[in-house]
Amino acid sequence: MTPRVTKLVLGLSAPILALLMAFLITSAVLAAAGDPVGEVWGQLLSVPETRNVGNIIDNATVLYLSGLAAAVGFRMNLFNIGVDGQYRIAAFVAAVVAGEAWLPGYLNTVLAVLCAMAVGAVWAGIAGVLRATRGVSEVISTIMLNAIATALVAYLLREAAVREAGSNVIATKTIPEDSRIPNITISDGPPVVDIYGFVVLAVLAGFLFWFVLNKTRFGFDLRATGRSTTAAVASGISVNKMTVAAMMLSGAVAGLVGLPILLGSSFSYGSTFQSGLGFAGIAIALLGRNNAVGIAVGALLFAYLNEQSNPLQILVGVSPDIVAITQGTIVLTVVISYEVVRRYGVRMEQQAVARALEQERDDERAEVKA
Amino acid sequence: MSAPTVEEATSTGAPVTVRLRGIGKRFPGVIANDDINIDVRRGTIHAIVGENGAGKSTLMKILYGVQPPDSGTIEIEGTQVSLKSPADAIAAGVGMVFQHFMLADNLTVLENVVLGAEKLHGIGGAARAEIMRISDSYGLDVEPDRMVEELGVGARQRVEILKVLYRGARIVILDEPTAVLVPHEVDELFDNLRELKKEGLSVIFISHKLDEVLSVADEITVIRRGTTVKTVSPRDVTARQLAELMVGSELPSPSTETSTVTDVVLLSVKNLTLAGVDGRELLKDISFDIHKGEVLGIAGVEGNGQEELVESIMGMRHSSGEIRLDGRDLAHESTGERREAGIGYIPADRQRHGLLLDAPLWENRVLGHQGRPPSARGPLIDKRAARADTERIIAAYDVRTPGPDVLARALSGGNQQKLIVGREMSSEPIVLIASHPTRGVDVGAQAAIWGHIKDARRNGLAVLLISADLDELIGLSDRIEVILRGRMVGTFDPGDVTPEQLGSAMTGASL
Repeated sequence: MTPRVTKLVLGLSAPILALLMAFLITSAVLAAAGDPVGEVWGQLLSVPETRNVGNIIDNATVLYLSGLAAAVGFRMNLFNIGVDGQYRIAAFVAAVVAGEAWLPGYLNTVLAVLCAMAVGAVWAGIAGVLRATRGVSEVISTIMLNAIATALVAYLLREAAVREAGSNVIATKTIPEDSRIPNITISDGPPVVDIYGFVVLAVLAGFLFWFVLNKTRFGFDLRATGRSTTAAVASGISVNKMTVAAMMLSGAVAGLVGLPILLGSSFSYGSTFQSGLGFAGIAIALLGRNNAVGIAVGALLFAYLNEQSNPLQILVGVSPDIVAITQGTIVLTVVISYEVVRRYGVRMEQQAVARALEQERDDERAEVKA
Repeated sequence: MSAPTVEEATSTGAPVTVRLRGIGKRFPGVIANDDINIDVRRGTIHAIVGENGAGKSTLMKILYGVQPPDSGTIEIEGTQVSLKSPADAIAAGVGMVFQHFMLADNLTVLENVVLGAEKLHGIGGAARAEIMRISDSYGLDVEPDRMVEELGVGARQRVEILKVLYRGARIVILDEPTAVLVPHEVDELFDNLRELKKEGLSVIFISHKLDEVLSVADEITVIRRGTTVKTVSPRDVTARQLAELMVGSELPSPSTETSTVTDVVLLSVKNLTLAGVDGRELLKDISFDIHKGEVLGIAGVEGNGQEELVESIMGMRHSSGEIRLDGRDLAHESTGERREAGIGYIPADRQRHGLLLDAPLWENRVLGHQGRPPSARGPLIDKRAARADTERIIAAYDVRTPGPDVLARALSGGNQQKLIVGREMSSEPIVLIASHPTRGVDVGAQAAIWGHIKDARRNGLAVLLISADLDELIGLSDRIEVILRGRMVGTFDPGDVTPEQLGSAMTGASL
């Protein structure tokens, strides 16, 4: 095998191994609970209808952005647990701005997107500054900032929101139609199936993620700091600046997470706006090895499992929460199998180096013995 | 392969207590052990010498049960043993004193000794009595109630030896025991070792300092490239012959040719002072100039401020005082700006400060040079040019690797270091800071690195050389400054200074 092929095989074997393990563990849980293992998998692994495919893509778009946000931090060994709070506060501000419609048409949309990114960046930047100046663990501070974000958004929502007549639901002003991002039709039906137009922006975000991290000096500094803080310092990288910058970048991406929903289906931020997307992103970033394509695969997988689990209760009488177990197990097994495969890879490479140098050594050894 | 070389020197008639036959150990990418044969006799000091990376440490780890051998047999007191853990080794009577002490500072000597061996004599009076008995019978002069943090290096080492004896060791391995000691402490250690052998214990003494080995050992086994080359008696060899056995060829010498020193000052340090976290001054009023074409060597016992000095010059620590590079004040420049201004930096700890171990070599070429060609073009990393330049370094500096895409972790220490030297010499630096540039590298790489430092000097660089190897300092430097407790305490001309003179200046003995 050529080195490139070996690398590919190694890279793919880890997630496959992990999925297989997760499959076995979930089956064991089902069996232990006395649930019909075969029927559950029959439903989960059935081919989704076009309608479901639309939902999967929509859900995956959101999860993908969340995964990217977490991955920016991970690349620098920063655990941004606060994507959840960052995206909610960002989506709220974007909803207010877009609802007020100070600018016409798509200018309003652009302003809302930029505001969301800025708010996410500032919110995450708080944790970055605390880490850089005071050494506060970003894990702790982002978790606390999540709680603060929840309270703050609830409070501000009461201030800014309009109550719909005859309903307890409160929400921000509805975004005018000419500022919404149009959906893309993937099936003329019937039924007609649409997906978020934001999926295009998500793909673009993925490309920029890859480009910035792998091709730019900034990305090099970020990755170098993640690999070895001490070597980064000695090489002239200002680790404090990078900490703040990486957290802000992660937060800016996190700011995008709620926007496909806001600009594509809900058109306002209300008390029922989807939460919890930030934590799924952490799992997906791990699953996708913090790599733009890997995260996309992870997001699609999670979205697929979510969608396929919906009818479990009706069809086989099993709670759809079983896929939460599957997803959780996948994260654990993925971490383990990546490490196993990584060590194996390092060993293979050392052996390759050793082989390449063997001949030379053998010659010298012959001299030594002689 | 089958004819063990140990039979050549059977000077003493004492029975063999440790017999190693055909020991082999392979690691991917690293020099391992191959066909090691050694007989250690009871009541002797048996030295094992070899260059850094020759396989001494691997062998000792095998004998102490840290790693199992892939092949070969170990016999202790005539019985073949299988050592799967240090506990097995201790049970078989083998004890090891590591180079880096494993003592808890905030416990007393007694507590340190009994820690983990409470079953033997408890933790009270019986333990104390046993410690005193051992201390007295081997002249270790240990005070059981002193806190370890109050002890000097030599005393700590004696506690380590006592720990090993307390656990019933009859065979004591010492890994580079003199590396951390000053000359008079070395003499005391050797007296202790002679006491041990008088009582019938066997000492295995690992070192690469030949004069020490010749003065204390009864038998010497030379290891080269993972295999035993020869066992000799110190009476029959000179230091030079021993060195040539170790190296396997003519000894490379660090000595420089004629002076290339000019009167152009490239690096000027004035009144550099650095305060530690506790307010204690880590560096105090350090001043020196290094000229174009000059190598300034800094001698000192490790931990006297060398690393702090280097990191202050590199801008990794905030010091007061003045640092000028070719006349330019560096006070407000960051580490990155100082590098770009023309400082090449070979850090003392290459794995922590010099490399990204899990990144390919070409990314390691970029490290520290992110802002300049060929590593970068504007805000973008220029992978193609960086890879090409990595290939250039691989060829010019003889880095043994299949290519620039291999992870740095896969290379041996010497090749990692050659890559770093090559990287730091690119982009035309005017000052080179080399901190322990040949530490832990094999002899071939050492000679190559010496060559590169000489070239740098000849090409008009100002070089700051920090080294624990006094021969290297004397051989390469144009001037040697001695650092002691963060102060410069003496200037020496390498032309007429001996390692002994430097050694006593380093410990403050001559002042």
